[in-house]
Amino acid sequence: MSTWEYAPAPESREIAGLKPTYRPFIGGEFVDGTGEPLKSVNPATEEVLAEVGTASASDVDAAVKAARRAYDKAWRRMPGTERAKYLFRIARLIQERSRELAVLETLDNGKPIKESRDADVPTAAAHFFYHAGWADKLDYAGFGPDPQPLGVAGQIIPWNFPLLMLAWKIAPALATGNTVVLKPAETTPLTALVFAEICQQADLPPGVVNIVPGAGDIGAELVNHAGIDKIAFTGSTEVGKLIQRSVAGTPKRLTLELGGKAANVVFDDAPLDQAVEGIVNGIFYNQGHVCCAGSRLLAQESVVDELLEKLRYRVSTLRLGDPLDKNTDIGAINSAEQLAKIRELTESGVAEGAERWTSPCPVPERGFFFAPTVFSNVEQSMRIAREEIFGPVLSVLTFRTPAEAVAKANNTPYGLSAGIWTEKGSRILWMANRLRAGVVWANTFNRFDPTAPFGGYQESGFGREGGRTGLEGYLDV
Amino acid sequence: MSDNRISVAKTYKLYVDGKFPRSESGRTYPVTDSKGTFLANAAHASRKDVRDAVVAARKAFDGWSGATAYNRGQVLYRVAEMMEGRREQFAAEVAASEGLPSRKAQSVVDAAVDRWVWYAGWTDKIATVLGAANPVAGPYFSFTVPEPTGVVGVLAPQESSLLGLVSVVAPVLATGCTAVVVSSADRPLPAVTLSEVLATSDVPAGVVNVLTGRAGELGPWLASHGDVNAIDPTGAGPVGRVEIAREAAGTVKRVLAVPEDEPDWTRRPDIARLRRYLEPKTVWHPMGV
Repeated sequence: MSTWEYAPAPESREIAGLKPTYRPFIGGEFVDGTGEPLKSVNPATEEVLAEVGTASASDVDAAVKAARRAYDKAWRRMPGTERAKYLFRIARLIQERSRELAVLETLDNGKPIKESRDADVPTAAAHFFYHAGWADKLDYAGFGPDPQPLGVAGQIIPWNFPLLMLAWKIAPALATGNTVVLKPAETTPLTALVFAEICQQADLPPGVVNIVPGAGDIGAELVNHAGIDKIAFTGSTEVGKLIQRSVAGTPKRLTLELGGKAANVVFDDAPLDQAVEGIVNGIFYNQGHVCCAGSRLLAQESVVDELLEKLRYRVSTLRLGDPLDKNTDIGAINSAEQLAKIRELTESGVAEGAERWTSPCPVPERGFFFAPTVFSNVEQSMRIAREEIFGPVLSVLTFRTPAEAVAKANNTPYGLSAGIWTEKGSRILWMANRLRAGVVWANTFNRFDPTAPFGGYQESGFGREGGRTGLEGYLDV
Repeated sequence: MSDNRISVAKTYKLYVDGKFPRSESGRTYPVTDSKGTFLANAAHASRKDVRDAVVAARKAFDGWSGATAYNRGQVLYRVAEMMEGRREQFAAEVAASEGLPSRKAQSVVDAAVDRWVWYAGWTDKIATVLGAANPVAGPYFSFTVPEPTGVVGVLAPQESSLLGLVSVVAPVLATGCTAVVVSSADRPLPAVTLSEVLATSDVPAGVVNVLTGRAGELGPWLASHGDVNAIDPTGAGPVGRVEIAREAAGTVKRVLAVPEDEPDWTRRPDIARLRRYLEPKTVWHPMGV
């Protein structure tokens, strides 16, 4: 039998329309930030993509003031029907520029082009389209007649889904009548600044959206700024706790979407081939840089050997490499720092006695890559079972009874997501009822939709994004 | 009955895990009426009592959150029934604690009874109001249900010793959460009597635990406790609330936003308190043949 090799199928990087420099967006204009410029790097090649101007404390102040002016003078007074049309325009502009945004996202983030093209960008557009429709229907959202916006929202987003997280933040804020100052992640600021251009093309009133690139110190400036009414943060639990502490005792509202250590529970009656696809999607999607990744596989003891065999075979067929190649399944780790963290935790797994298996796939010499890895014989006490790795590393544990599966799944301070694989409907609902997690996927994994609320229990944060429920975080109710 | 009969005075104790223990610390403090006349010695709860109460509340959570909404509604209604039978006693305690004329105290008690009834009716409706079937763009059935967040620490209002207390505890129970309550420090007697009502109202042991003592002392322990999921800082006062909120950040607790001063508890509540103690859970399943 002959084997057919894949031919390279790279998307053209020219489509990204990469510019040598990008600048902060404040009060409807691109301005020279007075912070130290940063260089955004392509994690797949380690080459510098562009120089990005960053905000200083005074730029943050200017952005908050611009947002306040826009709130007082334009946005809060505008009828919902008109606000809605701006959001519909933005949704359309994202769709029109989707190819450019997808390529740029892949260059800046390292994720496979098929993911940015088929998931990140279309879902970002969908979020604006969905929330646009809410802008003039808030009376029907279940928070009483005429619910009021909060004012100026400070929003801080992570590097794993740069444009999509921006959409999750900005779309509901604007639909409910707030204005925003958003800080993209230090390593992935580019699509947010193209989004700023889209705001200009949509003729959005100046100051309604402000984008201030920078590192954690600029995030802290935003969190602590007295002119901010609401903070929305997506990122690590560690930083989330710092933010919650910072805003304690102030009138600022807060929503947090933090880390996770999701259990993906596979029962012995599950369709195993389908489950394997779901497990792979759960932990290797976006290089495992997903807060709701199914990073703990709980397999029923009677099927664990068969499951592991199928899983290892399937993972060994995943193609790792050039994120711009349309056949690539696993792209680059977003930064050297993150790669070091993944390596450190992986080494701890070996040191603590878990059995490591790593895909024999070729790994490019340049760029930040990590071959998909599966640990078996994992104990609950091990760091790889407790800590969020945020990389393509799966920890496999076992259970015998449904009650034991629930106990192990819930044995974590997190509570963002969980997965269930079984053919038995009553067991799915029994499990879904008992899993302490904000999102439960049964016989599927990693599904997202603007109509479906997303967010965590416990130390995975509070508040929801999406759906009617998601509006609450931006309304004074 | 002879006029010179010596009455039997009640020992006011804590309510933890369905029992009435003294404070583990052995401490008590004198409670007076609004004019300064001695009423009783109340148990002065300690950090250890807080921890015991959290253990009891956690143990009770699976059963209470897993009970049917209909069942929880009936239990809450039963609390109202039991309170109704003790109206005179509650009115006397509220009048003494808050210095109210007896007619006013009576109407406060009536409002407290009615509040249980109001929340009893919510248990089997709130999921309909806050839940959803999500029209996702794909071949999946997706629904969202609100579920109880867990153990809630409640620092009850300092002024309104009964109506305020019921107004902050009943919504916790209605959602299926369990509670560790610190009563008003200077006006704790109605809270202890309410505990006796709860103990005889089919509320399972540990679902509500009532500690008498100082919110300023006990609140930070509740706020930093790793097995408490949410906290209502009402009774901590504006300064104490800042410390509570800071402590709560260490475990990402839900901290209720409360007004600076105690609100008018006689006003009809809305469902904001129910919302705060509920976690929307979204479930997905593929559709296909």
